[in-house]
Amino acid sequence: MSILVLAEHDNASLKPATLNTVTAAMALGDDIHVLVAGHECTDAAQEAGRVMGVSKVLKADAAELAHGLAENVAPVIERLAAGYSHVLAPASTYGKNIMPRAAALLDVQQISDISAIESADTFTRPIYAGNAVMTVQSHDAIKLITVRTTAFEAAAAEGGAAVVEDVGGGGAPAPTAFLGHDLTKTERPELTTARVVISGGRGMQSGDNFAMLERIADRLGAAVGASRAAVDAGYVPNDYQVGQTGKVVAPDLYIAVGISGAIQHLAGMKDSKVIVAINKDEEAPIFQVADYGWVADLFQAVPELETALESDN
Amino acid sequence: MKVLVPVKRVIDANIKVRVKSDQSGVELTNVKMAMNPFCEIAVEEAIRMKEAGVAEDVVVVSAGPAQSQETLRTGLAMGADRGILIESDQPLEPLAVAKLLRAVAERESPGLVILGKQAIDGDNNQTGQMLSALLGWSLGTFVSKIEVGDDHYTVTREIDGGLERVRLSRPAVITVDLRLNEPRYASLPNIMKAKKKPIDVLTPAELGVDATPRLTTIRVVEPPAREAGVRVASAAELVEKLRNEAKVL
Repeated sequence: MSILVLAEHDNASLKPATLNTVTAAMALGDDIHVLVAGHECTDAAQEAGRVMGVSKVLKADAAELAHGLAENVAPVIERLAAGYSHVLAPASTYGKNIMPRAAALLDVQQISDISAIESADTFTRPIYAGNAVMTVQSHDAIKLITVRTTAFEAAAAEGGAAVVEDVGGGGAPAPTAFLGHDLTKTERPELTTARVVISGGRGMQSGDNFAMLERIADRLGAAVGASRAAVDAGYVPNDYQVGQTGKVVAPDLYIAVGISGAIQHLAGMKDSKVIVAINKDEEAPIFQVADYGWVADLFQAVPELETALESDN
Repeated sequence: MKVLVPVKRVIDANIKVRVKSDQSGVELTNVKMAMNPFCEIAVEEAIRMKEAGVAEDVVVVSAGPAQSQETLRTGLAMGADRGILIESDQPLEPLAVAKLLRAVAERESPGLVILGKQAIDGDNNQTGQMLSALLGWSLGTFVSKIEVGDDHYTVTREIDGGLERVRLSRPAVITVDLRLNEPRYASLPNIMKAKKKPIDVLTPAELGVDATPRLTTIRVVEPPAREAGVRVASAAELVEKLRNEAKVL
């Protein structure tokens, strides 16, 4: 049977999370189709066709699909799902919003946020903010799954040559209207796919002080993140939040600055390859997961780190 | 307008969970339980709607074991008017809960169902979305702001790239995120008053719902432990170690 992957995109281009989801799909079968549901989304569909391992792209192009509302995209998945053994989406806010709506239309118990695949019907996923890991077997005829993207490598974005097939729109307009969005503009890499992440916590004391972290981020090609405390305090926007209820990251290097290390923050970053913690409280729980801990006042340590990185080049 | 607030009883957010030695699940015996924190935010928002005069009747509903009555009492002490318990000793998956809530929504005809975006036990993040599909209603997930209109809701959603605003027609299902509000603590007089508020008890069978699980738990284990590493004393030492030992620079 074939596997269907729901692409995350903005009509013009694919989001990187799609590539990790394709890799998860490759563990389940070798005939992988990607659904690009949007409006005037030919560019995103063609980009999906170039992803290594994809054999077909299904383009659902209609005005009501322009903004990826669950009410409109879920019926497209419902209509197409019968031909597939599995339907996968990234466990991003995009996939988390749409997939359960599609699963209920199909009378399927979705499996959320899988971190490993044991077999075609058995999957592993974190529960209790990653404090336990559960393996479940599904008895549904079609498996609907969201994928923890940090647990799977990205598929190669180039090298494939899949055909793009038009599959029509989403049907009737939904009772919901998109009004607008306020997206954080940044030249830095996306948090969830960055090789290096530097995050600040309540210890940063203000949003202005994040400029110190941004300078280091720009030097290292890193993304900037934050703890829930820093977001709640209004230092940085919500989309900076790393943690159980924010973004899950697993970069090669994670630098936690002024972050104490609450369980819910650790849930979002403890799979990072190397963790550095800078905190003046030597009892802070973050040091229990850090490979390199530096007990220091961040307002002295961070400028020193910047200087050391400069002279290191 | 009536507002329906589904709530879940979970292990208290401040308790460190322990995995059972037979790998069948996490230890729930003699563990402090509480209302799921996201559910508290949903209850708070419904009560504020009542205080603002846009809601008349706030109904909390929970599906689970008999002890979920305590969770409903917490909601009633915060200010909800009455409770509904759908009693089941069988573990309930999100799809089954959504079906039970659909049956309750069809009986109660609320103008809004507002619930947490996820429960901190299973971290599934599914129930609200599924309920909206079964009812065919407008859906707003991960919501950090709600404006109530005459026949609609304008909501702000927290998404990966920032914020998004959508207009939901009424009735709607809204799932709430952390920054919607700061839930209140129930006062002692209100806790006493809540004991007299009515709770109806129903069963899945009475609601005509087959709640049989679709998933089998194979095992639940501890995650791989991460060991604390070394301390460094200077920026130069840190950069040297990151470059030559960890090789990540």
